[in-house]
Amino acid sequence: MSLFNRLLIIAVLLPAWLSAQVNISGKVTDGKKRPVAGANISIKDSYDGAVTKADGSFSFQVTPAGEQTLIATMAGYQPLEMKINTAESQQLDIVLKNAARELKVVTIAAGSFEASDEKKNTVLKPLDIVTTAGAGADIVNAIKTLPGTQQTNDREGLFVRGGTGYETQTVIDGMLVRNPFSSGVPDMPGRGRFSPFLFKGTTFSSGGYSAQYGQGLSSALILESTDLPARSSASAGVSVIGVNGGVETLSKDKRTSYGVEADYTNLAPYFNVVKPKQEVNLGPEIIGTSANFRRKTSKTGMLKFYGYANWSNMGFDYKSLEYPGSTESYQVRNHNIYTNMTYRENLGSGWKLYAGASFSTNTDKIKTDTLPKNPAETNIGVRSDLTQTKLMLTKGLGNFSALRVGAEYQYAVERSAFNQYNLNYVDNYAAGFAEADVYFTPAFAGRFGGRTEYSSVLGKLNFAPRASLAYKVGYNGQFTLAYGDYYQKPEPQYIRFDRGLDYMKATHYIASYQLLSNFYTFRTEVFYKQYKNLVKTVPDYNNNGDGFAKGIEVFWRDRKTVKNMDYWVSYSYLDTKRDYLNYPYRVQPDFAANHTASFVAKYFVTKIQTNFGLTYSFASGRPYYNPNQPVSKFMSDKTINYNSVGASVSYLTSIRKAFTIFVVQVSNVFNQQQVFGYRYSSDGLRRNEIVPNVPRFIFVGMFMNFGTDRRQDIINNL
Amino acid sequence: MKRFLLSLVVMAGISSATMAQSAQYEQTMAKNIGELDSTATFTPDALLQKAGLFERIGGAEKSQWQPYYYAAYCNVMSALMQKDKSKVDGLADQAEADLTKAEQLNGNASEIACIKSLIATARLTVDPMNRGEQYGMISAKALEEGKQLNAENPRVYLLQGQALLYTPEAFGGSKTGGKALLEVALQKYAAFKPAGKLDPNWGEGYAKQLLQQASK
Repeated sequence: MSLFNRLLIIAVLLPAWLSAQVNISGKVTDGKKRPVAGANISIKDSYDGAVTKADGSFSFQVTPAGEQTLIATMAGYQPLEMKINTAESQQLDIVLKNAARELKVVTIAAGSFEASDEKKNTVLKPLDIVTTAGAGADIVNAIKTLPGTQQTNDREGLFVRGGTGYETQTVIDGMLVRNPFSSGVPDMPGRGRFSPFLFKGTTFSSGGYSAQYGQGLSSALILESTDLPARSSASAGVSVIGVNGGVETLSKDKRTSYGVEADYTNLAPYFNVVKPKQEVNLGPEIIGTSANFRRKTSKTGMLKFYGYANWSNMGFDYKSLEYPGSTESYQVRNHNIYTNMTYRENLGSGWKLYAGASFSTNTDKIKTDTLPKNPAETNIGVRSDLTQTKLMLTKGLGNFSALRVGAEYQYAVERSAFNQYNLNYVDNYAAGFAEADVYFTPAFAGRFGGRTEYSSVLGKLNFAPRASLAYKVGYNGQFTLAYGDYYQKPEPQYIRFDRGLDYMKATHYIASYQLLSNFYTFRTEVFYKQYKNLVKTVPDYNNNGDGFAKGIEVFWRDRKTVKNMDYWVSYSYLDTKRDYLNYPYRVQPDFAANHTASFVAKYFVTKIQTNFGLTYSFASGRPYYNPNQPVSKFMSDKTINYNSVGASVSYLTSIRKAFTIFVVQVSNVFNQQQVFGYRYSSDGLRRNEIVPNVPRFIFVGMFMNFGTDRRQDIINNL
Repeated sequence: MKRFLLSLVVMAGISSATMAQSAQYEQTMAKNIGELDSTATFTPDALLQKAGLFERIGGAEKSQWQPYYYAAYCNVMSALMQKDKSKVDGLADQAEADLTKAEQLNGNASEIACIKSLIATARLTVDPMNRGEQYGMISAKALEEGKQLNAENPRVYLLQGQALLYTPEAFGGSKTGGKALLEVALQKYAAFKPAGKLDPNWGEGYAKQLLQQASK
């Protein structure tokens, strides 16, 4: 063969010869030796490579070209580059490190159930609240299916971990709500004032919460209002108890929205059909109105205003326990205004600003009378006004760490009149707080902070340190420890009589473990809470009360095992004793049950667009005061266990272009007897059971929502 | 003469090696895009293998948007076909990352909008009750955007038609409206000429199939 021919062969075959292949194979695992499926393995600047299989293995052919760079990438992991020799076959073990992305970063959430952004720790979303059977679309009633809460359906408020309803604070967009519940009558507690649809996020914290929040010994219900609506719309609703309607307008540039809403509730027609245990003598009727304004002031700035005004009248007659044969009349007229304005903006270089202002006023006029007896009726008037401002600066440090500092000021005027006697006071309350979220690693973080408060009416300063640690285990699990001191002013009805009172104090110790994935939530918590300086009313007003609460709680939610079914189970064990008010010594208080459990299930049948809901709640018997017992047996009697089954059916459809829901809800379906306690006559000879005024409530309603912007029709279609 | 011939042959050999890259690009892309239509490829797992390949091509080529576009397409189609809904968000994230790269390389914005719509639809399927309103709207808006950018893009009408067909009538879905849109899509497909032979041109067969099903 001539040289020419040889060269010819080499030249023509050169590319093919270079193309002789070697095999690159191996396995990709994560830091914990678990296989990583779906990782993309490639030779830099070439098409060669493969995607790993379920067992993490991969294998591909490559043209030998000496030293090459191999790249392994996978969403959620840090990309890896390594030099390999492609002259010969390779068997590689590749370990990918987790990328510290927000989704995988540990969250500091001891004691709290967050229900905000859907990718985060969602427990209860607005629709979850509305479709919880037996909750009657009330935020607090839905939260009563979570662990840590008591089934105290004879009085207003959330009773959390051995705490009273007063010890839970409600916060909307960072601003305190002084009267979150409408005024009820004895044995018929008022509902929460605010609709669940106002809020994009509901965080229920049963302890160990941030230094941002004060004046709550037990718990914080933190509500985050919705941002700009997606479209202009109108809504209307009609039910057996009333009507409501509203409009919301989104500006053309989609940066501003405003809306108004009104509702009218009148229970009288319902009570004409289904007689309550007590006889109606006023209303019950409620008029509510609200207005909102939201403006996106820049890419990152948001201004929000929310205003609410409400009038209610209700009154009942019931048989007098004190004077057999007589009738007791109780009437309450309530007027409430709540306004809230907040502004958030990024100031650049990691700084964020939050500013808020709020004014609220609440007036209750209560009239009680024993008929047909003299003396004359008793008139009680209570009015509380609260003006508050809050400023907070947040500075982001590094990837996840942050520092928060802020201050709060509240001006409260508390007026009360008992017939012709007035007892008024004014309080100037100022607080400052600082808190740092420190990420030692993305999986291990701590929150350290403190809060200091001064109240002019008490004339005292306090300092409350708070700390928590969170450690992530595996992809979905985390351990959390939390500690904190919490102070709260005594209730206004005690401060009125004695300005010398001090703050009440609770110290929380919490340890929790939770496992969170998109479809499952498991959580268990143990806690110990110490109470000091509780208000006592005997022998005179003092702060010598104290107590403790300890317990264990379990929560499980599963949205996957049964298709189209979502259910959750919670169980709480509580051991608590306290010495407060007129208690002779530490006993289990009358609002606390040792065992509480709830089961909530929702099943959606796609074919008929119908959601079926079932809720079962249980609580063991609660202590009650029996004056016929000796002091040594104070509060030793217990009521029967509490059982309640609620059911609901919601049918979703559209009428014309309006999204429409038909709802039928029945509370206490089986009419089980519920006794919350007993009330005794002062001689101890007669007693009444404290029972729900309406043992079983049947709610039927229809709600519509429709777009009001013609341009949006195409979107409405989807 | 011999020398001349020799140099010619050598040059041919060398140029075939250097030319290989762009020829290889066109060939590999054409072959793999073609395979996307086969039923063997159109399974959740096989699509992920393809997505990985398209990502590798994109990484090697650096200046071409099409590989990332197809990577996003494969990832989102796989997401839509997943039985295990817990995998959907991760795949949607990956599709979004690919699509961002295609966008940065100035890919066809109308086509990219269609994929955005599909990504939102995939996220919606994870939890229709809670996510329906938000992602339904994002999905619809993306298609509107796609239409504004290119009213002749048949995939816009295909996806709008499909959405109408699969939305329950109670929520504004409509068989007749969906069918009408699919017919528009087919007209647009008949007239549609992709700007380059590697540019998106999928969906005509699917549109016919959907229309057939809807007409039953």
